Amino acid sequence: MAAIEILGLEKTYSVGFWRKRPKHALRPLNLSVEDGEIFGFLGPNGAGKTTTLKLLMGLTFPTSGSARILGMEISHPLVKSQIGFLPEQPYFYDYLTARELLEYYAQLSGVAATERSRKVQEMLARVGLNDAAGTQLRKFSKGMLQRVGIAQAILHDPKVLFLDEPMSGLDPIGRREVRDLMEELKQQGKTVFFSTHILSDAESLCDRVAIIHQGELRGVGAVEDLTSSVEGNVEIVWHGNSIPAALTALTTECHPVGDTVRAVVREANQDAAIDAVRKEGLRIISVTPVRTSLEEYFVRKVQVSQTAAGVLS
Amino acid sequence: MSNRIACIAFNTFREAVRDRVLYNLIAFALLMSAAAILVGQISIGIERLVVVNLGLSAVSLFGVVIAIFIGISLVSKEIEKRTLYTVLARPVRRWEFIVGKFLGLAGTLVVNTFFMAIGVFAALLYVTHGFQAADGWIGIALYFIILQFLMMTAIALLFSSFSSPLLSAVFTFSLFIIGSFAQDLRGFGAMAAGLSRWLATGAAYLLPNLSSLNLISSVAHQQAVSTQLILTNTCYALVYTAMAVCGSVLIFERRNLK
Repeated sequence: MAAIEILGLEKTYSVGFWRKRPKHALRPLNLSVEDGEIFGFLGPNGAGKTTTLKLLMGLTFPTSGSARILGMEISHPLVKSQIGFLPEQPYFYDYLTARELLEYYAQLSGVAATERSRKVQEMLARVGLNDAAGTQLRKFSKGMLQRVGIAQAILHDPKVLFLDEPMSGLDPIGRREVRDLMEELKQQGKTVFFSTHILSDAESLCDRVAIIHQGELRGVGAVEDLTSSVEGNVEIVWHGNSIPAALTALTTECHPVGDTVRAVVREANQDAAIDAVRKEGLRIISVTPVRTSLEEYFVRKVQVSQTAAGVLS
Repeated sequence: MSNRIACIAFNTFREAVRDRVLYNLIAFALLMSAAAILVGQISIGIERLVVVNLGLSAVSLFGVVIAIFIGISLVSKEIEKRTLYTVLARPVRRWEFIVGKFLGLAGTLVVNTFFMAIGVFAALLYVTHGFQAADGWIGIALYFIILQFLMMTAIALLFSSFSSPLLSAVFTFSLFIIGSFAQDLRGFGAMAAGLSRWLATGAAYLLPNLSSLNLISSVAHQQAVSTQLILTNTCYALVYTAMAVCGSVLIFERRNLK
């Protein structure tokens, strides 16, 4: 079953003072996220990621279209008790301590009074804020606030999590902890929908990703499908500094890196290239197919749309 | 449902306390102490009148300032700082949020008024060296002042649900001034003719009639307050407040949070 179904969700704002003109924050978006998936929602700044999340959270209303979470319309009263949300650059009531804030949210989420203290304590420990539990949030660093944000999102044990830039503001250790946490949530059967523009995080975490740009969906699919070799190139690395003469005609790219040489050849020329290296008595270290990184795929998708926009204008 | 409203109301109260809103009580205490000492020295025979007038006017002014300036930021601050996002992403309806915020500020004002009332009675005791039966009416005047606060809070909340804090402050303060002279507006409506009569009467009924809730002068002169007036004013203030809160809810339910 799809945990999240987005059906033609669209948001258009009116801008301008005298002559109102429409601004498409999100063009009709159709997307489906399966139960138990970690789904990355990628796009540059201003692409429409936060708009989509706000629409799903019921913070703004769509111009047209609809969405379902766990089979229920997003306006259904029961939906909110099944979801957790971390907004981008979260800001909380800074006059409260971390413990008070989580207790407040636990109460709003309907966590039973008997369980509340235990759950709050558990969450504080889980995000590493046990020592700062009694400190007012106005004294927290950006990274600590992000941890509180994550704690409040998972506090009530939701089935679906929406995280807007969850790694933002975290140091490398914090990012690693959030990645581990997301993996853990997946193991528990939760669905995680998170937006990011840190592509390495998406590449290492996500089962599937969607790329959005200028309010329009540019691509969606499993990370390995998107990053699989499309050109059919192979990378050969050997020890030494010499480049066999027979190889120069076969390679598309060849240059020394330290005490090794890296050459990229067409898949069809792979055997001939390996033979040429061996004939020279050089020791081959590796032969690996060249895969497109998610970053390359992302840049290509974004650039295509920018070029198209340039042609049209 | 009621649990969530109570939770939001308590948090609003806690915010006011931690943001040192109740520090106004210190200024009030200083004012009442100075007034009691000064009045005791310069007034002959009218100490009670002066202390009651000054005390209740100060209670009203301090409270209205809090009602307006906190009321206008109740919703806008939550939107601006985006603290609202994590609240509305939970099983909290928008109307519950509005009602909770309103009750939180109303609770703050009631607590604030309670402490100021102690100050008024303490100053009165200092200058008159004892209480009289008629001093009980001061309690009714304080109750009416609280009703005024409820109306002003609801109006501030109404404006803040669709307007900027600055404009909300201007609108609410204007309504407070006009509402304080609502009886005069009604009188003008009764005397006028034609379109002016309709406009003045219409405005008088639409605007909050705060002057009917102002008993400061009568209780200072030890005049009794009828039960009928208490009941009528209570009903009027509660209905007006409820309508303004409903207006806020209707606007806020349709609002896109940017």
